[in-house]
Amino acid sequence: MDSVKTIRDFINENLITFNEDAAFTDEDDIFKLGFVNSLFAMKLLTFIENEFNIKVENEEMELSNFNSVSNIVNFIDRKTKNN
Amino acid sequence: MGEFVKEIKCVVWDLDNTLWDGILLEDKEVIFKPGICDIIKELDSRGVLNSIASKNNYEDAVKKLEEAGIREYFLFPEITWDAKSKAIDRIIKNLNIGQDTILFIDDQQFELDEVKYELPQVTCINSCEYMNLLEYPRLRQRFNTEDSKRRRLMYLEDIERKRDENSYNGPTEKFLTSLNMRITITEAEESDLQRAEELTVRTNQLNATGITYDYSELDEYRKSDNHKLFICELVDKYGSYGKIGLALVEIKEYWHLKMLLMSCRVMSRGIGTVLLNFIMRQAKDKGGKLYADFKMTDRNRQMYVTYKFANFKEVHIDDADGVILMENDLSIIQEYPPFAEVSIM
Repeated sequence: MDSVKTIRDFINENLITFNEDAAFTDEDDIFKLGFVNSLFAMKLLTFIENEFNIKVENEEMELSNFNSVSNIVNFIDRKTKNN
Repeated sequence: MGEFVKEIKCVVWDLDNTLWDGILLEDKEVIFKPGICDIIKELDSRGVLNSIASKNNYEDAVKKLEEAGIREYFLFPEITWDAKSKAIDRIIKNLNIGQDTILFIDDQQFELDEVKYELPQVTCINSCEYMNLLEYPRLRQRFNTEDSKRRRLMYLEDIERKRDENSYNGPTEKFLTSLNMRITITEAEESDLQRAEELTVRTNQLNATGITYDYSELDEYRKSDNHKLFICELVDKYGSYGKIGLALVEIKEYWHLKMLLMSCRVMSRGIGTVLLNFIMRQAKDKGGKLYADFKMTDRNRQMYVTYKFANFKEVHIDDADGVILMENDLSIIQEYPPFAEVSIM
């Protein structure tokens, strides 16, 4: 499964972007790209946990793990390798 | 603070021989019981909702209520031939309130017993006692706030919102923009305190500490030079959601957020972080750093996520009371949502 595409699609579908037509790369900071509210944050976490069958611990809930497609994918890779 | 008596949130009325004397489908004329319409209106103004569970013909019954000018006082009326327990169960689901906050009033012991058997937490009263209803302690709310007076209207507006939302096929973003949401943040005034207390008691999911504060405590914070108490209101094209957010800040060398909560009624509106964003901006202007208390409960993970995604870091956990101290260097602050207008008064 292509986890980059999975994450990109999720963000495309759920993030309320400041500029509607903005394209974004895997390195772009999604917190600058769109409005991250509690609902989006919760949806993103739940999606990652269910889709990749991992549990995000409190201490892992850092911006640096979730602020771009690449960082999310790296985080998921680290988690799934440890399991 | 003191224990709250569980208030009655909705009175469910039978019609024949309860609201009026006689049986609508058999008698030529039925007459409303003396004073009954005033009782319903008074309950409504106290923020207690009214509904109906009656075995009757729907069109005839509604016509009769319209003649008396009280049709609009009843939310989700159940005028069917179903068991009354089924009818009341649907009312409970539609209003999204607890079984133990319903009072059912009927003239027939059989109906009262049937409801009591199926829904044991519902309070059942014989209609011969209707004259005493307004004196019933559980129908006297602790405070009569602006929000409770408007409660029925807010439910009606919500019904309309849900209908529109369900029939809307476009992107969420466009839908949110179409609501014309306006958020107003102010320092709480004395007239806000009853609602503020109610919010600390009623809010569970988006609540940073779960700690409740009563009127006099909040009033002291409001007057204190070392604290600021902010309250926020949401209005959209359907009407006002009322006061839906509250924040308490202690002013020291750095700002310290002691309490933050947002009513779960507005969660799906995507504005759960607006009040936090506002506090972060203010704190940056005033001192440059922000501390916040957080206490994990079994229902507020969403608030933890909100803090962490706003770039708060845990710095200390007090083992005694489980309060986590968080710190934010305020290097990253999000814009306000593009689909709502935020004004600071």
